[in-house]
Amino acid sequence: MQRIGVFVCWCGSNIAATVDVKAVAEALGKQPGVVVSKDYQYMCSASGQNLIREAIRDSRLDAVVICACSPHMHEATFRKCVSAEGMNPYMLEIANIREQDSWVHKDRKAATEKAISLGTAAIAKVQLNAPLFESPNPVTKRALVIGGGIAGMQTALDIAEAGFKVDIVEQKPTIGGKMAQLDKTFPTLDCSSCIVTPKMVDVGANENITIYSYSEVEKVSGFIGSFHATIKQKPRYVDATKCTGCGLCTTKCPSKRNLNEFNMNLNMRPAIYIPFAQAVPLVATLDPTACIHFKTGKCGLCQKVCEAGAIDYDQQPTYIEQDYGAIVLATGYNQIKPTKFDEYLYNNSPDVVTSLEFERMMSASGPTAGDLRVPSTGKRPRNIVFIQCVGSRGKDTCREKPYCSKVCCMYTAKHTILVKDHWPEVDCTVFYIDVRTPGKNFDEFYRRAVEEYGVHYIKGMVGKVEQGDGCLKVQASDLLNNRQIHMNADLVVLAAAVEPDPSARHLGTMLTASMDTNDFFSEAHAKLRPVESPTAGIYLAGMCQGPKDIPETVAQASAAASKVIGLLSKDHLMSNPCIAHSDPTLCNGCSQCTNVCAYGAISYQDQMVVYKGVRETRRVAVVNEAVCQGCGACTVTCPSGAMDLRGFANNQIMAEVDAICN
Amino acid sequence: MAIDRETIVQISGSNPRLCMKCGKCSGTCPAYDKMEYHPHQFVDMVDRGDVEPLLHSQSLYLCLSCMACVERCPRNVAPGKFIEAVRLAVVRQQNMDHLIPEEIPGMLNEDLPQQAIVTAFRKYKK
Amino acid sequence: MTYSYYPGCTLRTKAKILSDYAIASAKVLGFEMEEVENWQCCGGAYTASTDEIATKLTSVRALAQARDKGQDLLTLCSACYNVIKRVNADCRSNENFIQKANNYLAQEGVAYHGEVNVVHYLEVLRDTIGFDNLKKAVKNPLKGRKIGAYYGCLLLRPGRVLQFDDPENPKIMEDFIRALGATPVIYGQRNECCGGYQTLNDKELASSRSEAIVQSALSQGADCLITACPLCRYNLTVNSVTKVPVYYFTELLAEALGVKEEVENGN
Repeated sequence: MQRIGVFVCWCGSNIAATVDVKAVAEALGKQPGVVVSKDYQYMCSASGQNLIREAIRDSRLDAVVICACSPHMHEATFRKCVSAEGMNPYMLEIANIREQDSWVHKDRKAATEKAISLGTAAIAKVQLNAPLFESPNPVTKRALVIGGGIAGMQTALDIAEAGFKVDIVEQKPTIGGKMAQLDKTFPTLDCSSCIVTPKMVDVGANENITIYSYSEVEKVSGFIGSFHATIKQKPRYVDATKCTGCGLCTTKCPSKRNLNEFNMNLNMRPAIYIPFAQAVPLVATLDPTACIHFKTGKCGLCQKVCEAGAIDYDQQPTYIEQDYGAIVLATGYNQIKPTKFDEYLYNNSPDVVTSLEFERMMSASGPTAGDLRVPSTGKRPRNIVFIQCVGSRGKDTCREKPYCSKVCCMYTAKHTILVKDHWPEVDCTVFYIDVRTPGKNFDEFYRRAVEEYGVHYIKGMVGKVEQGDGCLKVQASDLLNNRQIHMNADLVVLAAAVEPDPSARHLGTMLTASMDTNDFFSEAHAKLRPVESPTAGIYLAGMCQGPKDIPETVAQASAAASKVIGLLSKDHLMSNPCIAHSDPTLCNGCSQCTNVCAYGAISYQDQMVVYKGVRETRRVAVVNEAVCQGCGACTVTCPSGAMDLRGFANNQIMAEVDAICN
Repeated sequence: MAIDRETIVQISGSNPRLCMKCGKCSGTCPAYDKMEYHPHQFVDMVDRGDVEPLLHSQSLYLCLSCMACVERCPRNVAPGKFIEAVRLAVVRQQNMDHLIPEEIPGMLNEDLPQQAIVTAFRKYKK
Repeated sequence: MTYSYYPGCTLRTKAKILSDYAIASAKVLGFEMEEVENWQCCGGAYTASTDEIATKLTSVRALAQARDKGQDLLTLCSACYNVIKRVNADCRSNENFIQKANNYLAQEGVAYHGEVNVVHYLEVLRDTIGFDNLKKAVKNPLKGRKIGAYYGCLLLRPGRVLQFDDPENPKIMEDFIRALGATPVIYGQRNECCGGYQTLNDKELASSRSEAIVQSALSQGADCLITACPLCRYNLTVNSVTKVPVYYFTELLAEALGVKEEVENGN
């Protein structure tokens, strides 16, 4: 039998006010195996820890039970404490008599009984504890960043700065993301291109960074410190090593009427194109669905004019195999297409646009070189109506998102200020439900739109936009004045909701990185671990984790990078020993454990098993110890009782239950 | 039985607490200018239990039941259902019909479809 | 193909032509409309409340009869369509309603659980006949006519229950107009209320609504309107200040199919 020491903490008055700690220590002292039982005011303090260490020494303890706060709070503290006396840290059990007892009960007598009961259970469990040992796994010193927008670029730059290799995988022909499409940024109104394109150049020039543009992550296996990925480079039909980005092919291409995605489909691009002048890599991409050569076998003009000989109509996808220690998800967002909001006429009028389309209409690099025009007439708008919260904060899941998209209030204020700055005579009206501007200098910025620029903010929602005679007619409510408004507008701008990029879901499944119901990646802890996925070794940056603006995205990207740097600077990772293992003599190979394992940690092997004197080859479950997170889902699923969790073994749990029930 | 918040919520089958006060219902309503209390006010007043003023308001009878507010409400509050519920609660009381058969002959004309009369009775009479 | 046909009160009286043109056109297009026996008025309006049972029973009786014949229930009037289709939805998914309605109807030997599909005549043209085939059947294309489709409320809302067309951007009537060889005119007020029964309560409201619709249609170049609802037609013709011809959609259908005169002579 183990020689057990019990230590009951008062936690000041947190526990002692509701639980008779002396009575608890006395009662637990009588339990079998307990050789020391003490109480103390603050067991986590230096003198409290000394008390434990002395007892381990003096009473030659094999195991320790501490009745105190939640193990979430101080398990690590006490494990360190017992280790200092040479005890295996897994010979420690904590009975939570604070969160699960004193904080939730008022009756002192009953709370004391409950504390004794919880302590008794911990003693019963610790009787069955065995020393557990952490084992080292090597770390591959290279990071994979998925997504080359501002989040991905910032993460990659920070990791590269620390001296580690980073690969960026970007599905579009260029890095830069949404930020490259923006005209100006709030609340400083600095030119988005002017701050993002130098970053793109830095990324392109950094010798530690490799960009795989026009590429996708096809497959990932492995675990923290030791991932293996297959990256598919889609054929761009241009040899990127030869292309100089001169753009001659794009000017000669006769297939010119293809929607220009970079300009939100507001104008046309040729079949062979460079998304924009500052693209990184500055390489042409050929769109085979639009190319005359691919359709008819004729043309071939781009090939003829290319002096570098870079055009390759026979290019095939290429696959890159690479090992990584960490993966950062920075897959970003899209603005929803408000095609299901016909009360706002988006489908039926070119003069109803989304705010990202408006961004291109205002941009110096946009289709009109920043000269704002009404699409249907080509004239300068006399007045613009901005509608907030289109598709955000709604209950109708077939067209609305339940969340606030967070950035719309601020970019709308920005849009109105930019319009007024250029063309003060243009009337701007914003229909809002709430104006949400938390952030440094944010509310001041919004107030400037109202106070300095005379933008009309009306609290109320637009009910309907319809085609009038030569302009749009807007019908809305003005809640503060309790009236219904009918007004004309030349242009209507919809602040359509943001949503995660559709590529995120596939990646989430592949990496077992959990997502919320809106397909945003979940963080390991909403407050304390906001840049990590619950799956070890996967980190999150930017909009893929939830709506956020550029400064927040950059902050999160740098935070994710510092987590990655912390990981990659280790040569080895110590694994959590409280993980599952399977008894091959009991396993019947049913696969139920693999089905419930969220981490892909269980596989099957044919093993020679000797059971009751019979030797035979059986298909049995094997747990990858480096991948298992010790969640225990497999142990409760296993019908034959083969699967068990070290540190939380089935017999230990049953001993606890028995102790509480007796 | 008193006509209170719970009565109206129960008849309507809708939940006023879902409302985020965006006013889209009132931005949509085609009878808005005629109404004393507007669709968003019905939702709010019912939610606050301030039902009494609604019981005597002509707004009850001006709702067109066109369902535009129900269709466009981003919160599935269905403001029109509250107007319908308050009206039902009122006309179900004794002698509270808003339209009585004796008034009909004076309203008839050669073209008036029967549909107008049956619909008005369904809306205005117990 | 034979449908159980629910005409409704107004189609046997003031709007008989809406029905007559439809029946004659159906013959040309190859489907039959078999009137539900002893049908009772739908009430003109669906009461959107949790505790109205009795007012919906007339719809359930008609639905049960169609079910017994193994037919879909066809309506022409927008109001009948709205009421009966919504009651049918209740019969499918509202447990409270199903139980109470069937308790009422048990003494008549009726038990109904939403087995029937309720279809509007326009849906038959779109989904069963097909607008392409309708176009082929047209003898007198309505060339050069610019027609505004007036949907009103009852065919479209609530969209989730009726599933007739996109409630904010419908196209079934525009496609119908195209099939007849005419040009549809899309205008903003085509799915806004005409004033409905307010003609008996607040004529001014009915009048301002109807005028807004007519003005909206005229501003986009319509020279006439079509509707499926007798009350809409009444408001748009009698209560609007500006006058524009308003036809039942079946009248133009009969005209295009070449059976209009036959119907008029028959009357």
